[in-house]
Amino acid sequence: MTKLRKIAIATTTAATFFAGTAMAGNAPGVTDTEIMIGNTTAYSGPASVYGTIAKSISACWDWVNETGGINGRKIKWVSLDDAYSPPKTKEQIRKLVEREKVAFTFQTLGTPTNSAVHKYMNKKKVPHLFVATGATKWGQPKTFPWTMGWQPNYQTVGAIFGNYILQNYPNGKVAVMYQNDDYGKDYVIGMKRAMGDKYAMQVVKEETYEVTDPTIDSQIVSLKNSGADVFVNISIPKFAAQAIKKMYAIGWKPAHLLNDVAASISSTYKPAGIEKAKGIISVDFYKDPNDPEWKDDPDTNAWRAWMDKYYPGGDKANKMNAYGYAVCHTMMAVLKNAGDDLSRENIMKQAASLHEVAIPMLLPGMYADTSPTDFYPLEQMQMTRFDGTRSVRFGPLISAETE
Amino acid sequence: MVADVNTSSAGRRAIPENPANNLAIAGIRLPVWNKILIAILLVVAVIAPFFLEDFDVFQMTYALVFAMAILGLNLLTGFNGQFSLGHSAFFGIGAYTTAMMMAHWEVAFYWTIIPAGIVCLVAGFLFGLPALRLEGLYLALATFALATAMPQILKYHAWEDLTGGVQGLDLDKPESPFPDTLSDDQYLYFIVLVVAIILFICAWNLVRGRTGRAMIAIRDNPIAAQTMGVNNAVYKSLTFGVSALYTGIAGSMSAIIIQFVAPDSFTFLLAVTFLVGLVVGGVASIPGAIFGGFFVLLIPNISEAVADMTGRTDAKGLSWAVYGLFLIITVYVMPSGAAGLVRLLVGKLARRG
Repeated sequence: MTKLRKIAIATTTAATFFAGTAMAGNAPGVTDTEIMIGNTTAYSGPASVYGTIAKSISACWDWVNETGGINGRKIKWVSLDDAYSPPKTKEQIRKLVEREKVAFTFQTLGTPTNSAVHKYMNKKKVPHLFVATGATKWGQPKTFPWTMGWQPNYQTVGAIFGNYILQNYPNGKVAVMYQNDDYGKDYVIGMKRAMGDKYAMQVVKEETYEVTDPTIDSQIVSLKNSGADVFVNISIPKFAAQAIKKMYAIGWKPAHLLNDVAASISSTYKPAGIEKAKGIISVDFYKDPNDPEWKDDPDTNAWRAWMDKYYPGGDKANKMNAYGYAVCHTMMAVLKNAGDDLSRENIMKQAASLHEVAIPMLLPGMYADTSPTDFYPLEQMQMTRFDGTRSVRFGPLISAETE
Repeated sequence: MVADVNTSSAGRRAIPENPANNLAIAGIRLPVWNKILIAILLVVAVIAPFFLEDFDVFQMTYALVFAMAILGLNLLTGFNGQFSLGHSAFFGIGAYTTAMMMAHWEVAFYWTIIPAGIVCLVAGFLFGLPALRLEGLYLALATFALATAMPQILKYHAWEDLTGGVQGLDLDKPESPFPDTLSDDQYLYFIVLVVAIILFICAWNLVRGRTGRAMIAIRDNPIAAQTMGVNNAVYKSLTFGVSALYTGIAGSMSAIIIQFVAPDSFTFLLAVTFLVGLVVGGVASIPGAIFGGFFVLLIPNISEAVADMTGRTDAKGLSWAVYGLFLIITVYVMPSGAAGLVRLLVGKLARRG
């Protein structure tokens, strides 16, 4: 080989080597000692009950940082309030991405709020991970490759409700109330898919409400007057509690199907009056700490010990704190797998490569699983019925695995 | 900025020269100072975006948008004496006009500005007509009703397909035609700057001409103005329209720079924000609107930062308390707004020159 050729080969190799490392450069917000993660949550406003999820995640990062971090890096958690208002979310997310320069966002809360930044995050190519909403549209790897949900998607829950009605109330009259945005409408799409033509035949009244409404009492009265014996309630804890109270007050006792996100003992049933919530049917995918079945469960006890140490101000009866713990572990798994390559591309790649990963506080038999074509990490759940003290699970673990 | 009284050549009759023009600070006459300051401001406005990060350029652009909206409100309330608590509605109408044109008919953003302005001009005029019968408190209530109704009107399900309902409309960010020299945010900044300069020059000319004098006369003494031959009804309604035009164009620009409109962005709180900017900048002061715009943008951000310094996660609501505190301090220190403060300083420093 001539000298010139040797030099050419050497330079090309060096250039490729350096180009390779340049391409695998870490995301902004990542240093040798720290990973900065951004979040927006409803700390104030109509959905502020969900603020505890972000607080429990913050406590989870405290625990991670105290026990050495992930691959030697500590987590810096920057969480801003958006008051469940989409314009505010847009503003805060821009701040996080462009001014704070976070590596990615995690568990941003709310369907309408995340909708406002969906296009933006994908345009900016910032991982929009494990959003705290089950809307089906977060699982579209082809059109929105940077966004991923976590919990079982709402259309599946709607379909489960639809199937339940077909099986148990084939001739029943159904009343439906849902939040008038992408969140509520998603469940209804699932119900319609499962019930097909029977939806139009069985649903005698549909009512909606806005998140900014102070009360839904008039909707409940209108639904009672339809004479329905099944009530499908798609709301958030604030309005679900109002509904339960009003239904009791006007003496309306249909079979009450409440969506998973609103069916919380501490946030919904207790404020409404525990006795009034008896018989409510819902679905679940993680362990409710109130359930006596998990009294001596090692998994739940580990969670309780963690709550005592790192989130003593949190309510151990509030299952949202278990949700936060579980989703945090999913994020930890992704970051661990990313190793030293913390570029945004690799973080996204690892999020889309979870193979049947066991996550604490999920129901037995459940796992997180994703692939480049499957952006729905959790796709299994079980139906529950509230008996006055706990939501008793019944039936099989229903799996809605997509592709 | 001190030259309030008319010095224009419109109507070359025996209008006395403004005696303030003979005053000087540090040997330089006041009108010359005006020109120097405007020049400095323009230079800073043009070069600043190249020294700031994109997000800060976005913030500056947003402040200019607020300044234009406050200018609109100033024309109506400051110069014409009609109190409006409803300018958030016109801001919203302008924003939604632009958003709907961009989202549904794929119109390029610069073609949406004038239609948005025209829609608001008509809307403002139509609102101003019945409002002629209302004075002071009652006009305030009527405009308050408009501001409160607007989010609900925008959410109404009958035209949900057009307005996007509760979810609002998501827009694509306009791209810079010179990606190597101007980033998208810088490009939008310059567009907004040009529109703002045009609007400010027009407002300046308006209040210095015959129309301006009529507007101010109606504010100061409507009966005397009527006696002097000013058609109160026409001028008041037209001022409403023009004021809505300005705020509507500001709204249109806000939709372009944020790329998102939702009904809850245009609540009564926004109308209050404009009013705050108006008072802080200086009522009946055109340059004051710029200060007002920056104030209402920056102070909430500073308040949030101050509230965060307490280090408590449940202190998120504290930022509003801090904002209130800043507002109280500002009004205490500058009761006539920033423009009033400038006038005070000039009064103290100026000598016959």
